[in-house]
Amino acid sequence: MRKPKIYPVRIKVNGEWRKTAVKAAETLLHTLREKLGQTEVKEGCGKGDCGACTVLLNGKAVNACLTLTLQAHGQEVTTLKGIGTRQTPHPLQESFVKHGAIQCGFCTAGMIMAAKALLDENPHPTREEIRQGISGNLCRCTGYQKIVVAIEAVSSQRTEKK
Amino acid sequence: MEFIQPQNIKETLLVLKKWGKKGMLVAGGTNVLPDLRAKSFSPEALIDISRLESLSFIKAEKGGIRIGALTPIAVIAASTILQKKAPILCEAARHLGNPLVRNRATLGGNLAKSSPAADTAVPLLALEAVVAVQGAGARKRRIPLDQFFLGPNRNALRAGEMIQEVSFPLPSPGSKMAYRKMGLRNAMAISVVSLGVLLDMRKGICRRIRIAFGAVAPKPIRIYQAENVLLGKEITPELLQACGTQAEKEISPITDIRAGAEYRRAMVSVLLQRVLSEALGMGT
Repeated sequence: MRKPKIYPVRIKVNGEWRKTAVKAAETLLHTLREKLGQTEVKEGCGKGDCGACTVLLNGKAVNACLTLTLQAHGQEVTTLKGIGTRQTPHPLQESFVKHGAIQCGFCTAGMIMAAKALLDENPHPTREEIRQGISGNLCRCTGYQKIVVAIEAVSSQRTEKK
Repeated sequence: MEFIQPQNIKETLLVLKKWGKKGMLVAGGTNVLPDLRAKSFSPEALIDISRLESLSFIKAEKGGIRIGALTPIAVIAASTILQKKAPILCEAARHLGNPLVRNRATLGGNLAKSSPAADTAVPLLALEAVVAVQGAGARKRRIPLDQFFLGPNRNALRAGEMIQEVSFPLPSPGSKMAYRKMGLRNAMAISVVSLGVLLDMRKGICRRIRIAFGAVAPKPIRIYQAENVLLGKEITPELLQACGTQAEKEISPITDIRAGAEYRRAMVSVLLQRVLSEALGMGT
């Protein structure tokens, strides 16, 4: 059997250039978790149905499981850890905690990234637009209501600051 | 498996020719990656065209609209020019997959996959779109969309050819259009039935009509005889009903995990009457 080809790849993850080497068909999800230690990116279905692996690729929310690592070569990837820390959480992280928008927590990392992409593009979405914006992210615990409220709270916070 | 990233269209066509059926084009990856994971096929080379920016465009020209094959579905959904000239295409794009998928999935990919339920195919059939395809060393072929699809996941692309763009004539300013997708849920739904209509009315008479359906036949289809029921006539509720009855005869739905064939058949008539009424502002 022929040895599978391995390709070097360089991706800017949360502002820092990271290097590794991957096979042709390796997904960004696999590389982030298994090679770069970004285990905040979750694997749910692995085929684009659940959104647990949502990351930002050049600012756009995408499924890391549907992106080839080599397609992300030279590009910017942002994961949950890139937008907030325990000491300085992102307003969405604070809001999710405050509003009880987290139960088991498995969807949260992807959900917050989808919400961030939504608010970056549309800072004051309606409830319907919020529901649309997170429609690629499944949550099996909350029934979504508290997630929608948490995102809405961040959006109206931004209005007050202005 | 190899990974190849051609730098331009010409290079892509040469790579496609070299690898033949062993090479798989990847753009947004939203179809290809699940298929790779399911081992539906095992190509020897992945040919990444996601960075061929020259194939990502929406242009309104005198004769019509041209859309590059690599235009993301999200861009089509948000396009102001399309919203103005062909709102049914925007609406179908807004209902494809979910926001994450729409950021990656491309128009060319949706058509090349040739699912019987392909979301963009339905409005594009109603708009009488033409697909421009090309292979290395060959002339560009322009295939009308209703001849492009051949069956479930089958199309008229020959080995080594790729879709480059989709174009359609500008609908006349007064054209009435409507689109509906019926799925089991609002997001991430594969259509149970989807349909798009386009009508031109003059002095109360239907002068032009196009009706297209998805997910009710082995491929997305136009239903010509149902169109003829309304053509040249004044449209009344009775005539709409006759049109719906005719539509049922022109489809060949199957039973799958989403719906039964009989249910689909019943919905075709009901939805067609509703969508036509909506386009005409008749109210039901």
